[in-house]
Amino acid sequence: MTAVDTPTTSNVGTTKLRKEDAHLVTGRTQWTDNIQLTGMLHVAVVRSPMAHARVTKVDVSAALEQPGVVAAFSGADLADQWAGGLPCAWPVTEDMQSPTHLPIATDEVRHVGDAVAVVVADSRYGAADATEFIDVEYEPLTAVVDMEAALADGSPLTDTQLDTNRSFTWQKIDGDVDAAFGSAAHVVERRFINQRLIPTAIEPRAVVCAPPREHREYTMWSATQVPHILRLMLALTCGVPEHELRVIAPDVGGGFGSKLNVYAEEAICLVLAKRLGKPIKWTESRSEGYQATIHGRDQIQDVALAFNEDHTLRGMKVELHADMGAYLQLVTPGVPLLGAFMFNAIYKMDALSFTCHGVLTNKTPTDAYRGAGRPEATYAIERLMDEAANELGVEPFELRERNWIKHEEFPYTTVAGIEYDSGNYEAATAKAKELFDYDGLRAEQQRRREQGDKVQLGIGISTFTEMCGLAPSRVLGSLSYGAGGWEHASVRMLPSGKVEVITGTSPHGQGHVTSWSQIAADALGIPFEDIEVRHGDTAVAHKGMDTYGSRSLVVGGYAVQVACDKVVAKAKRVAAHLLEAAEDDLEFDAGTFQVKGSPDANTSMQDVALAIFAAHDYPEDMEPSLDSDATVDPENFSYPHGTHLCATEVDTETGAVTIRSYVAVDDVGTVINPQIVEGQVHGGLAQGIAQALYEEAVYDAEGQLKTGSLLDYFVPAAPDLPHFTTDRTETPATTNPLGVKGVGEAGTIASTPAVINAVVDALRPMGVNDVLMPASPQNVWNAIQAAAPADGGAA
Amino acid sequence: MTRVEMTVDGEPCEHEVEPRLLLVHYLRDVLEKTGTNIGCDTSNCGACTVHLDGRSVKSCTVLAVQADGSQVDTVEGLAGPSSDGDETDGWHPLQKAFHTEHGLQCGYCTPGMIMAAKDLLEENPDPDETEVREGLEGNLCRCTGYVNIVKAVRTAAAELREGASS
Amino acid sequence: MIPATFDYVRAGSIDEVVDTLKEHGDEAKLLAGGHSLLPLMKLRFAAPEVLIDLGRVEQLRGVRDLGDGRLAIGAMTRHIDVMDDPLVREHCAVLADVTAKVGDPQVRHRGTIGGALAHGDAASDLPAALAALDGTLVAQGPNGSREIAASDFFVDYLTTALEDDELVTEVRVPKIVGPWGWRYEKFTRVAQAWAIVGVLAMVKRSNGSIEEARVGLTNMATVPVRASGVEQALSGRTPDAIADAAANAADGTKPSSDLSASAEYREHLARVLTRRALEAAAR
Repeated sequence: MTAVDTPTTSNVGTTKLRKEDAHLVTGRTQWTDNIQLTGMLHVAVVRSPMAHARVTKVDVSAALEQPGVVAAFSGADLADQWAGGLPCAWPVTEDMQSPTHLPIATDEVRHVGDAVAVVVADSRYGAADATEFIDVEYEPLTAVVDMEAALADGSPLTDTQLDTNRSFTWQKIDGDVDAAFGSAAHVVERRFINQRLIPTAIEPRAVVCAPPREHREYTMWSATQVPHILRLMLALTCGVPEHELRVIAPDVGGGFGSKLNVYAEEAICLVLAKRLGKPIKWTESRSEGYQATIHGRDQIQDVALAFNEDHTLRGMKVELHADMGAYLQLVTPGVPLLGAFMFNAIYKMDALSFTCHGVLTNKTPTDAYRGAGRPEATYAIERLMDEAANELGVEPFELRERNWIKHEEFPYTTVAGIEYDSGNYEAATAKAKELFDYDGLRAEQQRRREQGDKVQLGIGISTFTEMCGLAPSRVLGSLSYGAGGWEHASVRMLPSGKVEVITGTSPHGQGHVTSWSQIAADALGIPFEDIEVRHGDTAVAHKGMDTYGSRSLVVGGYAVQVACDKVVAKAKRVAAHLLEAAEDDLEFDAGTFQVKGSPDANTSMQDVALAIFAAHDYPEDMEPSLDSDATVDPENFSYPHGTHLCATEVDTETGAVTIRSYVAVDDVGTVINPQIVEGQVHGGLAQGIAQALYEEAVYDAEGQLKTGSLLDYFVPAAPDLPHFTTDRTETPATTNPLGVKGVGEAGTIASTPAVINAVVDALRPMGVNDVLMPASPQNVWNAIQAAAPADGGAA
Repeated sequence: MTRVEMTVDGEPCEHEVEPRLLLVHYLRDVLEKTGTNIGCDTSNCGACTVHLDGRSVKSCTVLAVQADGSQVDTVEGLAGPSSDGDETDGWHPLQKAFHTEHGLQCGYCTPGMIMAAKDLLEENPDPDETEVREGLEGNLCRCTGYVNIVKAVRTAAAELREGASS
Repeated sequence: MIPATFDYVRAGSIDEVVDTLKEHGDEAKLLAGGHSLLPLMKLRFAAPEVLIDLGRVEQLRGVRDLGDGRLAIGAMTRHIDVMDDPLVREHCAVLADVTAKVGDPQVRHRGTIGGALAHGDAASDLPAALAALDGTLVAQGPNGSREIAASDFFVDYLTTALEDDELVTEVRVPKIVGPWGWRYEKFTRVAQAWAIVGVLAMVKRSNGSIEEARVGLTNMATVPVRASGVEQALSGRTPDAIADAAANAADGTKPSSDLSASAEYREHLARVLTRRALEAAAR
């Protein structure tokens, strides 16, 4: 690597190799499970093997006799330790039904994996052994598994304390839907299933909690995306005052939403540290996590589009059944509601009705998984546009282009009532079609159809947008969310000219340290290498809203920019004072303040930082500090978009699907670090393709998780995924000074419908119009069989 | 308890261990060599990959007692000494290439991925894209989509070939 | 996940293994490569009281030429060493090719041929290969050793003809002599998953026709299956007969239904993959 000798203003927009990597490639990491503290005890959790049951007995006495065991508790033993149940921060309706969620169940368990007891021992192995000596008796209750049956009259209940399985029904109607559908020339209706997924961050969750030593404060290390939210919520849940709890997210090995939560084990470790006065550690095993860490997606989508005779889109109806699982976790009920703004996607229409039934079932709770509500919406609209094109007999791009918002129409207020600030769907599509050789592949497809090849070529389109940058606080308030969506940054100018940037975002693989350094380097005119970014520790970054929803750059990066701007403004006053010039006569460029027209009259940012540290000579009406804070609240969401194209080879004999090529052209606005942006797209694509082809969390009729480990839940490895061709168009956001839009979820949101559209497109001549996800060989073969003539013409 | 002796990253070590102690727990909890990670309980994810007598294995599916008398190499022993303050100087070509090609994001799978790739390149110094993908089929990454991992392995392969021929 | 405790015996010889087995009976388990047993122990689906580690029994390693047209492969020979062994590559390369599809590289570095076969899982790749090869296994117990044909060895799901006090010492396979071609079609959900269905087809060609065909099916019953109807239908025929013959590939199979595939779909796959494997093998 070459060292940068002089300040430069060209950090933003260039690939800087990541500062994060050195400790990760050499193994000098600090994952939560690496932490060993003197006297540390290990906790193991006894979990319900039943989906729904009354707990009639929990006897921990035999476990206490086991070697190394220090303590063991039932739910009842610790019931008085919780100030409240685990929190749901998003009460989407006033009458939302939410089962009481104690960290350890007392008298009723509601999903396989619900905690019923804990045992604490002096070793991992001892704690695991002792769980077998905890005697729990269950009286089985009927498990509620099917969402639609759960809402039927007389259905068994997921929670005997409630009188319904309907958590909520939430509706948003924009425009005159009846008019749109009543006068439509064509209506296209479908039911799509967006299956349940398991996020599977490769680092399992882990928690270490140390009781107070010289300070009064508890210290918790957790593999979390949200140290700040966790601190507040644990304070409210466990009766430890917020100022006496410090939460640290050390190295965190991916999250994808699964670590955007407040979990039972975090509350348990805090309460056990308090009760036993010893550091407590819990580390999840993978199969344990598959029961105890949130799942994602899981919607039944009934959707319809109304078109005019000329194929102009008039309106859309959406009715969702969204599986909440057994409890409402931190943002469980809000996830599907993000779709209320996203089903209309990039298209113009007069009316949109959105109804969502949040349904309780005896399964692991769902919550935000990469994309959270937007992948589900995008899947439905982009699948439906392909189905509509087929029914209307038009080219799928032609139908899309007829109805999408033209680039000259921005800013555009959508039918859902939000304003898309910028975008250029034409440009992204043109670039994607060229890279993909769209016309060439269509010609090949035609040839192979005519030849009746056993392996058919399919082409799938996804022209998507999403809403990122969660979120304008007032908008969140209008949606009943329990907090704001601002973000905080601090910039500390050190006397030696080095800089500390403190961010309220909490990265776990996204490269914030590098990207934030680039932003600050340009804003301050300080070398990239001279900037340190600190994060993920509530004692260091005292204020933050953490990392999820592709918000970090759009809101957190914006805060860094604003804090830097404040530093520059202060420094300019000091520089003017030192140079004996008027502030207005100074220009600031590449870290140098210079009197206009007098090249010799200048001073550097570093010199100003030293001067203000010495504080011997500075303007009388300011404090001797350049340090600045910024808390920014975005005025709008941001709206990345793009066009993704997928070519699949579908073996019509076996149902096997192979992706032959995949082109993604994304417009994420201004790019800070192209390499990091490309990496985010790649990873997102992998997870979206995984939903399309491989992954599904399956429960049986008794509520047993059949895909309980990586043996049955098929996370793709390198041979299962194709090379990705990625490119960008760049239409800057107009709602933040950086022009950025966010990229963390784009690939996931866009790719699932692109792949399924391609699979269906390959099979269309055989009469196939849909394939269940994942498009496994069995599911594809089933679709072919179902479409085949009754005489069984298929091979 | 059973006595085990082995050489880990070049250092001899010797302990009394329970026979059921997994090699990965021996490395992490007893030797405090936490560079090697655990990502699953079914031998699928490969995060715990180390070399046992020169071959890649999943250390979550080997008992420490099975490794008695063996040589164990982890990601922590890969880098050589660095020269003038730039620590990347001493890095193994795979460590360098994962860095330059952005072959990691959260970094949790990276130690196992690098150790699996090292074994692959020892068997096949010039793998094409398909061979790299198949050679890493025992390792899961949830962040990168593998494209940049493949690039990194091939970049490192080229550097290693160059080093071997010069 | 953490295994339950056990007594550990590191055996140094076959006799020591046999003595220990005799002493502990079905409370003892043999640890070969460990890639079937240790995951079960970590999930506590298996909790043997005594674990006998075969890793230091040098007699169980390596490949030798029996001199009777067969190779003998020590039970503790690791998959990677079977794949790389010069004798195997020269005389029974089909076994090396199938072995190369077992698990992933790390699994192949630890897993052993004897362990994979003695586990008796018809969803794994080697049982069908051994069946197609008409191979045998040598078992040793307190009463000496006996040779068991592959067709007799696999009894039921995870059940073999091995007695509690026996171990597999050796796997014997014929040298493949003459103009044989083969193909193992392994059909999986993802690269590292078990076969939904696997088909090993071996074809001996002679003057443009098929002198002999062998078809071994993976995961089409609780035991590996030979598609004998297909084999007989092809004897002496030209490759043109493959398509019709393969249509009977699922006859006599009893596949299970699970998350990845229904029994009906498995039967369909067996027919398609048998045709493809035979066509490739006959080329």
